[in-house]
Amino acid sequence: MSTHAHTSHAPAGHGHGHDHGGHHHDDGHAHGTFRSYMIGFVLSVILTAIPFWLVMTGKLDNTQTALAIMALAVVQIVVHMIYFLHMNGRVEGGWSMLAMIFTIIVVVICLAGSLWVMYHLNTNMMPMPDPSQLP
Amino acid sequence: MHAIFGRLSLEAFPYHEPIVVATFVAVVLGGAALVAALTYFKLWGYLWKEWFTTVDHKRIGIMYMVLGLVMLLRGFADAVMMRLQQAIAFGGSEGYLNAHHYDQVFTAHGVIMIFFVAMPFVTGLMNYVVPLQIGARDVSFPFLNNFSFWMTVGGAALVMVSLFVGEFAQTGWLAYPPLSGLEASPATGVDYYIWALQVAGVGTTLSGINLVCTIIKMRAPGMTMMKMPVFTWTSLCTNVLIVASFPILTAALVLLSLDRYVGTNFFTNTLGGNPMMYVNLIWIWGHPEVYILILPCFGIFSEVTSTFSGKKLFGYTSMVYATVVITILSYLVWLHHFFTMGSGASVNSFFGITTMIISIPTGAKIFNWLFTMYRGRIRFELPMMWTVAFMLTFVIGGMTGVLLAVPPADFVLHNSLFLIAHFHNVIIGGVLFGLFAGIYYWFPKAFGFRLDPFWGKVSFWCWVIGFWVAFTPLYVLGLMGVTRRLRVFDDPSLQIWFLIAACGAALIAVGIGAFLLQIAVSVWKRHELRDVTGDPWDGRTLEWATSSPPPDYNFAFTPVIHDNDAWWDMKKRGYKRPMGGFKAIHMPSNTGTGVILAGLSVAFGFAMIWYIWWLAALSFIGILVVAIGHTFNYHRDFHIPADEVVQTENDRTRLLSGRV
Amino acid sequence: MTMTMTAAERTEETPVFHVVDEHEHPEGHSTLLGFWIYLMSDCLIFAILFATYGVLGGSFAGGPTPKELFDLPLVAVNTSMLLFSSITYGFAMLTMEKGQARQTQIWLAITGLFGLAFLGIELFEFAHMIHEGAGPQRSAFLSSFFTLVGTHGLHVTFGTVWLVTLMVQVQKHGLIPANKRRLTCLSMFWHFLDVIWIGVFTFVYLMGTLR
Repeated sequence: MSTHAHTSHAPAGHGHGHDHGGHHHDDGHAHGTFRSYMIGFVLSVILTAIPFWLVMTGKLDNTQTALAIMALAVVQIVVHMIYFLHMNGRVEGGWSMLAMIFTIIVVVICLAGSLWVMYHLNTNMMPMPDPSQLP
Repeated sequence: MHAIFGRLSLEAFPYHEPIVVATFVAVVLGGAALVAALTYFKLWGYLWKEWFTTVDHKRIGIMYMVLGLVMLLRGFADAVMMRLQQAIAFGGSEGYLNAHHYDQVFTAHGVIMIFFVAMPFVTGLMNYVVPLQIGARDVSFPFLNNFSFWMTVGGAALVMVSLFVGEFAQTGWLAYPPLSGLEASPATGVDYYIWALQVAGVGTTLSGINLVCTIIKMRAPGMTMMKMPVFTWTSLCTNVLIVASFPILTAALVLLSLDRYVGTNFFTNTLGGNPMMYVNLIWIWGHPEVYILILPCFGIFSEVTSTFSGKKLFGYTSMVYATVVITILSYLVWLHHFFTMGSGASVNSFFGITTMIISIPTGAKIFNWLFTMYRGRIRFELPMMWTVAFMLTFVIGGMTGVLLAVPPADFVLHNSLFLIAHFHNVIIGGVLFGLFAGIYYWFPKAFGFRLDPFWGKVSFWCWVIGFWVAFTPLYVLGLMGVTRRLRVFDDPSLQIWFLIAACGAALIAVGIGAFLLQIAVSVWKRHELRDVTGDPWDGRTLEWATSSPPPDYNFAFTPVIHDNDAWWDMKKRGYKRPMGGFKAIHMPSNTGTGVILAGLSVAFGFAMIWYIWWLAALSFIGILVVAIGHTFNYHRDFHIPADEVVQTENDRTRLLSGRV
Repeated sequence: MTMTMTAAERTEETPVFHVVDEHEHPEGHSTLLGFWIYLMSDCLIFAILFATYGVLGGSFAGGPTPKELFDLPLVAVNTSMLLFSSITYGFAMLTMEKGQARQTQIWLAITGLFGLAFLGIELFEFAHMIHEGAGPQRSAFLSSFFTLVGTHGLHVTFGTVWLVTLMVQVQKHGLIPANKRRLTCLSMFWHFLDVIWIGVFTFVYLMGTLR
């Protein structure tokens, strides 16, 4: 695939000099094949079915189920990234990957930070019981 | 009536407030005069064709600067009103502003200064300079650039409308619930706040995406990441921060509007809502926001210091790494804005320590600038004067910031005037001084003549001295325990400090006046101040390689870069300007779609504020139709014919050889 | 272009300072990267909604709990709609690569139908909950639930509108480069919404049922 030939010789930070060389095809984007789409599809069906099955049947205890479905979700997100979004380190000379890694860092900071901060707030400040919850 | 006008009625017009009415009359008269003048000189067509619909990054940049300047006058008027009120409201005097009005004034001051002064100035400079510095002909998405600008204008327009139709928020610039909830603020103020920021926020986010893409994709050949000018680096980091933080503001404001419009319970005090969650979310955006403002200014100082010291920037690599580290760290400190929330010792110490850590890369930058100046041949032109003033002022602001980063100290100083003095110290001393340095530095590039140095120096000294006279008293008052946003005071011994602060504000007013006068004088004397070389400061980066003002296409040939200071390198190695072989140049065409979309967005925002549901639905559908319709236009570009390029370049050759 | 570059690097005495033999920037050469960056910013909106759900998701205020409200089989059906729409969009992209406009249109239409089915089921679920008195006003948990899931639904709605627009444009102009680029952008958008949905069904529905 010419995409790879193009993007692989454009290390981070060569300006449009290299883009010129590669503009006979319209993007620096990897494309899937029938095979890759089917692999992605089958994997994601499996990775969706297992967590639903775990929760609906209650095979494991709650903590184990929670950990398992979280792990499966992460795996499925990676599967989608690779097989449907065609993510790899070469797309756009690595900038797409870099953007994604940065976003993941910020997302983790926002999620973990908010949960941590607000959990400590609730513990320390001992909120008054909600009047609507009182009998 | 209700179906047609929503909750908009005659009562919404504050005709019973003499101050507002007087302002309104002045604005109407001024506006009418402007419209009449534009009509008389038949400038509407020119403005529409050459400016409003332009996709040229240089013109959009200039329009951003004009927007910032206009809004600076509004925001500063608010500041003067506050200083005056606080200076006289002693000993039983109520001052001249009632609480309803005063609360709007301090809210509007904060919102305007951050969103509609600092942001347009910063975005304007980046828009103008970055494509030139990287040797590009425009940004990646020129139409989007125009649209972003008009969305920012749209947000500013909504804030201005609130002055005369209804009211603005009385909540402080971040609109904390439950005060900003429907129960405590049932009127339109908070809605104006929400929709103004949402409309402008769309513009800001899109312009951030645009500039990130531009810097990544459009650099001239040879310009690797580590050969980018420092201003471009800081712009890249700033725009990354914009893209990765403005969505957070958008989301937080959406949740607040849902509370107000739908009756959800995110930030209410009942049914499980938690107001502190809003404070948490808004500061996850808010802290990166202050770095969005300061980072480009750090870039400006780097360019200015090395140019006016006649030296390569000391520690380029450390400068770049410091910028990147600040970019990441800026996401890890947000809780220092609400240490007193009560998250406990572990949380507070974590955020206290990260806050102190962030001062390390900032300090490294200060030392880099000092070492650049060391043994340099320093020329104290205006940009350099602002830079030195920045270093002296900002360091003190930074140190009071480190004081506030100590949680126990913060428990004493939280929400006091000490905090107000601190952040004005870094925002005026850092961002605003930086913007002035940038304006003086690049003005000759944009217009082909320098700004008059005499009035510039008057403005400079008034600003710098005025700043210290205005804010030192606030440090003192803060240490005495005076809290922010107070309208009247009981203790007469405090009055002297507020009087001094008011004098400082007056000095700053003279500084702003001198700046405006300076622009007028410079336009008047433009032939004396003319620069034909395109390189008035003996500059080092690529923007100085082209003419002033640059042609539409920026560079007749795309430059090839061999060194960090590309233009310096070119001059040193005997670069000859190409005289022939010009070709037609591919450029994007102008379009009015951005203006229309932004206008519809303002209509939508206004309709939502006043509950005019039919107008909201109509304008929303309008936005969709126009946006989709725009995608059916596949022909968005044209070629500047080679003849025209030859003509332009020959004109420049004549200018350079002095045969005009 | 590449030649001038190498020439410049080879001879240090006479460096080349400008590109003589210039090519134009092809139209839309930054679009895919730009769109990806937009998606990243959108991702942060969802991150905030997830964080809000994470913090407020346990505040039932005496109202209904996830266990009482969520109908997991229905959610499973809904998830499968989205998964099917993903693979059909994939087929649309494959036929687009081969330049088969008609097949592309068919796959796009099927994708759109799956999208509509997803939205229909979601609206049914929402209507059912509101009917039972579990509307977004009832508790902070329900506020954050409706906002998070609803925002995803709104994105799917806009995706569907965009899909129809693109079908019209492909009909009008065929699979020209501009249209292919647009279809690629929508593909990224569509699969991105899948990724968000993985978070939604795991974090909201399944974890909620466990809570």
